[in-house]
Amino acid sequence: MTLVERLTAAKEAGDYQGLFEAIPYAKFLGLKAERVAEGETDLVTTMTFGPHLIGNPALPALHGGTIGALLESAAIFELLWRAESIVLPKTITFTVDYLRSAGAVDTHARGIITRQGRRVTNVRIEAWQEDRARPVATGNAIFLVMK
Amino acid sequence: MDTAERERLQLDLVRRFSAAVPHNHALGIKVLEIVPTQALFELPYDEKLVGNPDTGVLHGGVITALLDGVSGAAVFATITEMVPIATLDLRIDYLRPAEVGQTVRAKATCYKTTRNVAFTRAVAYHDDPDDPIAHSVGTFMLSTSTGKAK
Repeated sequence: MTLVERLTAAKEAGDYQGLFEAIPYAKFLGLKAERVAEGETDLVTTMTFGPHLIGNPALPALHGGTIGALLESAAIFELLWRAESIVLPKTITFTVDYLRSAGAVDTHARGIITRQGRRVTNVRIEAWQEDRARPVATGNAIFLVMK
Repeated sequence: MDTAERERLQLDLVRRFSAAVPHNHALGIKVLEIVPTQALFELPYDEKLVGNPDTGVLHGGVITALLDGVSGAAVFATITEMVPIATLDLRIDYLRPAEVGQTVRAKATCYKTTRNVAFTRAVAYHDDPDDPIAHSVGTFMLSTSTGKAK
């Protein structure tokens, strides 16, 4: 099955877990995507903690790159989740603001599409750990979305 | 200890410190070069880092992690003592997809430091830094007591 076929199937089933299994890097990071609650459409991407995600063992704190990768993945999943037809988005530029040290626990992220154009889509993303009101990082991604 | 000796020790410390970061190790990153204000990392192609299984192209997040790490190392290669640093922000422009099966290198320069902040730029490329896969700019807070930003 190609990625687009997998995406289509995941979308129809409302279950993204099979898709994550098919993307090696998503598996490596320990990503999963879930709807916030039954019946809700909001999608939250979670990066399950693992010792290989550590950047600073002394604190300990997650590697900044893992947070960046989580934010970027959450943005892409939000786009795929919301889009009517499936086109794999290409990242043009991506900015991360690191707000707090991210501890050795699960990290969640949620993307919000701020503008959907014919060629370009902007997505704002927020990542948090235990307390949603205290984000560990925010991001802005701009994607080229063309067939 | 003279200045040259202290600098050599500091750069050696940065080299060992960067190589020991668990996530760098998990990605397969090798620290190729640490010289004053500059760092060069290498990431061999690995199937576990693929973002699109149809094409085998690496996930953008891998490039993000590589650029974040090498930029931090360039900051450590610039400051005169090992104080904690925290990334404030990192912007990455993706210029073209990485080639399947090829090693990615990343070279960062810390081009300015003030009392509190360090500024970096970096490129990720295969063989030619003038033909980059991605370009990034970052800012880092210096000497944070807990490693936390701000």
